[in-house]
Amino acid sequence: MNDSLLSLVTFIPALAAAILAIFLRGEEAAAQRNAKWVAMVATVITFLVSLFILVEFDPSNTGFQFVEERDWLLGMKYKMGVDGISVLFVMLTTFMMPLVIAASWKVETRVKEYMIAFLLLETLMLGVFMALDLVLFYLFFEAGLIPMFLIIGIWGGANRIYASFKFFLYTFLGSVLMLVAMVAMFSDAGTTDIPTLMSHEFASESFSILGIHILGGMQTLLFLAFFASFAVKMPMWPVHTWLPDAHVQAPTAGSVVLAAILLKMGGYGFLRFSLPMFPVGAEVMTDFVLWMSAIAIVYTSLVALVQEDMKKLIAYSSVAHMGYVTMGIFAANQQGIDGAIFQMISHGFISGALFLCVGVIYDRMHTREIDAYGGLVTRMPAYALIFMFFTMANVGLPGTSGFVGEFLTLMGIFQVNTWVALVATSGVILSAAYALWLYRRVVFGDLIKESLKTISDMSAREKWIFAPLVAMTLILGVYPALVTDIIGPSVENLISNYHAALGSASEGAHQMASH
Amino acid sequence: MIQADLNIILPEILLAIFAMLALLGAVYTSKDKSAPMLTWGTAAVFLAVAAWIGINGEGVNTAFGGMFNDDAFARFAKIIILVSAAAVLVMGQEYMTRRGMLRFEYPILVTLSVVGMMVMVSAGDLMALYMGLELQSLALYVVASIRRDSVKSTEAGLKYFVLGALSSGLLLFGASLVYGFAGTTLFSGIIAAAGEGHAPIGLLIGLTLVASGLAFKVSAVPFHMWTPDVYEGSPTPVTAFFATAPKMAAMGLFARVLHDAFGGVVGDWQQIIALLSVLSMFLGAVAAIGQTNIKRLMAYSSIAHMGYALMGLAAGTAFGVQALLIYMAIYVTMSVGTFAFILTMEKDGQPVTDISALNMYAKREPGKALAVLILMFSLAGVPPLVGFFGKLYVLRAAYEAGLAWLAVLGVIASVIGAFYYLRIVYYMYFGEEGEALDKGKSPVLWVMLMGSAAIMLVGVVNLFGIEAPALVAAETLLR
Repeated sequence: MNDSLLSLVTFIPALAAAILAIFLRGEEAAAQRNAKWVAMVATVITFLVSLFILVEFDPSNTGFQFVEERDWLLGMKYKMGVDGISVLFVMLTTFMMPLVIAASWKVETRVKEYMIAFLLLETLMLGVFMALDLVLFYLFFEAGLIPMFLIIGIWGGANRIYASFKFFLYTFLGSVLMLVAMVAMFSDAGTTDIPTLMSHEFASESFSILGIHILGGMQTLLFLAFFASFAVKMPMWPVHTWLPDAHVQAPTAGSVVLAAILLKMGGYGFLRFSLPMFPVGAEVMTDFVLWMSAIAIVYTSLVALVQEDMKKLIAYSSVAHMGYVTMGIFAANQQGIDGAIFQMISHGFISGALFLCVGVIYDRMHTREIDAYGGLVTRMPAYALIFMFFTMANVGLPGTSGFVGEFLTLMGIFQVNTWVALVATSGVILSAAYALWLYRRVVFGDLIKESLKTISDMSAREKWIFAPLVAMTLILGVYPALVTDIIGPSVENLISNYHAALGSASEGAHQMASH
Repeated sequence: MIQADLNIILPEILLAIFAMLALLGAVYTSKDKSAPMLTWGTAAVFLAVAAWIGINGEGVNTAFGGMFNDDAFARFAKIIILVSAAAVLVMGQEYMTRRGMLRFEYPILVTLSVVGMMVMVSAGDLMALYMGLELQSLALYVVASIRRDSVKSTEAGLKYFVLGALSSGLLLFGASLVYGFAGTTLFSGIIAAAGEGHAPIGLLIGLTLVASGLAFKVSAVPFHMWTPDVYEGSPTPVTAFFATAPKMAAMGLFARVLHDAFGGVVGDWQQIIALLSVLSMFLGAVAAIGQTNIKRLMAYSSIAHMGYALMGLAAGTAFGVQALLIYMAIYVTMSVGTFAFILTMEKDGQPVTDISALNMYAKREPGKALAVLILMFSLAGVPPLVGFFGKLYVLRAAYEAGLAWLAVLGVIASVIGAFYYLRIVYYMYFGEEGEALDKGKSPVLWVMLMGSAAIMLVGVVNLFGIEAPALVAAETLLR
């Protein structure tokens, strides 16, 4: 079973989608209910099967595990596997998807297509985190755009067309440059096997193109091409502008998937490709990335302060939190990268929960404007409690998982670049400002709006959706070793390889210079 | 000797005889009444010939002192030409019958043009090249204006003819220069005369003119002007034909001339082809944005796709030719499906070509809309659909030949191009409720559309094993 466990996990949702597409007929209520249940059962089964991966995973082994390999086209391979860095993203995906389906229980238009889109999306996201072949990775990475484009475009809000096109074209432009870089790597190394490429040394001698001197040469160019794709996906300032649009227009479940999982592909990409494969390029660009991250943290936090749309505010807060992630990754030390991965996992739970919180009141009032609310605590005490919890987690209150990620990344960066750390730390205060202010305006105050006087508290279904998220946020907050024990050895390996590669590259440069 | 020669060219001879017999038979018997049957019969003959070539063809055979080559490259191209021509014939039959357009000459003219195409991809001599090209073109000019009572169709035929004649003139002039400087019309002689490295100036001018003439035929920018008008004006089944087999034939011929006759001087023509490629990709992507007529849109789309195929050719390597062949096979398959869909676009029995008529198509016909969605994303080159692999092959070919700039420009053009494919998806899935198109009734079109979409989806497994034969074909060309 270990031979094809990963494929099994990846393709269960796709299989369910195929079953829905082929066998489910009609528009009636029964068909709609069946579609929801098929999707629910499929995602739960996927989660349960994926638990085998977690149980059998050996953290002390820093190589890839559960590897499976088949021949494919053009000397490429269908190769899947997980290591300490990717295994938790796989778990995050399979964990979130049943909640996403449950959160979509009230969808009424084109239910069958909706469920098919989400199931396919799950397959593609899992594939991204498991693929061990460059082109296979690209295939899953890009194909995810199709269902997401449809989810935003069909089930989105009023301005959904603009948002869906912007989402698609923006991310597509980012990733085609990565495709060219992949082709270049394929030609250079003669293989698309990711483990092999990790140990392949790409040329790092500086050269000039059109009079521009390129430090780090080929590696820097490859790094930049991958960076274009991952920075858009992350998203990093200043290429983050598609995210608020996409978030605002997407249906609640779409926002949750986007924030909780899709954004993590960028960070995962940095860890899987940029650092191990182009160490010299990464080194050259480190300061640039660190300052971009610091700007992102401060700037988008400030932007979040003035938002009038709840989803937009949370979207900007996501960009700020992703700033900590890139900062941690490019600090390139144990705390930094541990913290970055931790932050990504934790942000998956917290931002997903926050979008669900918005969804709860949006379903009742059909508006996301902050001004339309106020004083909800009197009618919705349970909601106020849960919203409070996740607001605090978002701010990074000790005891929640949000704190661990922020603290570790800041500690990592402090050792590398104190100035960046100084700027970034101010983001902690800003995030408290916008999150608490949002909470105050929505939940506290007097309940004066006529339309809110009949609003009902959360239903049992809604409460159950939040329960696992609350549990995970708390558990990871008080016992972060659950995560760091799994990722630790792989991260350590990544860092030692990174510094070894840098060392040998600079040695080579010295030898070149002395001759 | 002569018998061996005839044996090699037997498929072409048989097809030509079939066309003439069909002409005689139809004239003396029932004329247009037998046209539907004749169309199906012709398609069956095409498939039979394709199977025969596929099964029997072996090795490299030359006939008539090198004027005609039967090698793996020619066979690969011929099979694509024959199969796609058969598919397109069958697709258009019902559409043309209902409109009284299906004359018995139609399948016969298509057969003759297919014979011309088969000669083109087998040509080993400038004379054979020109004969094949003209046989193909003359038949196509007539087919374009087959709807005699329509101004647009006549205009399309005339435009195609005038510009086609101009391009033939260019090509002939180039051919005569090549002949003058090389002293022979045989490709094997020209390649010896051109030598390695750089060709003499006279040959170079000849080469440029021949390439211009061929660029007309593949509708590469800046020789593309006829394409949108001809695509729009011709009856849709004829447009479908233009978008498939002739494109493959012209690309095959292009590859053959450049590699068989000028394979030693790759550096001389690489820049020309790369420039044609860049211009086609960008013009095809940008000009299609404003189009509302789906046939014009597909015309620009085909220009852009020819740009990508030329990227493979510009590489000037065996891998480049392999990429070109794979790209063309994929492109032709996508086109067949897309045009099968365009043929079903009707309102009250009248053909509709405005893309806004597709509003909310997905709600009424979810199955067909899904197939079109797959085709559009495949045309845009989004993985995991097969269209992406075509792009991957040509990008790699271009990069390995040192044309990294071409690869980068190509992917940027593909993002621009993605916009208009997305727009069709947008109309079908997110558009406003509009007047409904007719329910498609034709099972043939349904099968073609669904089959093409299924190929785009399932092909991700191994591209149906097309990689190996394409490699063999490419290697025989660069022997």
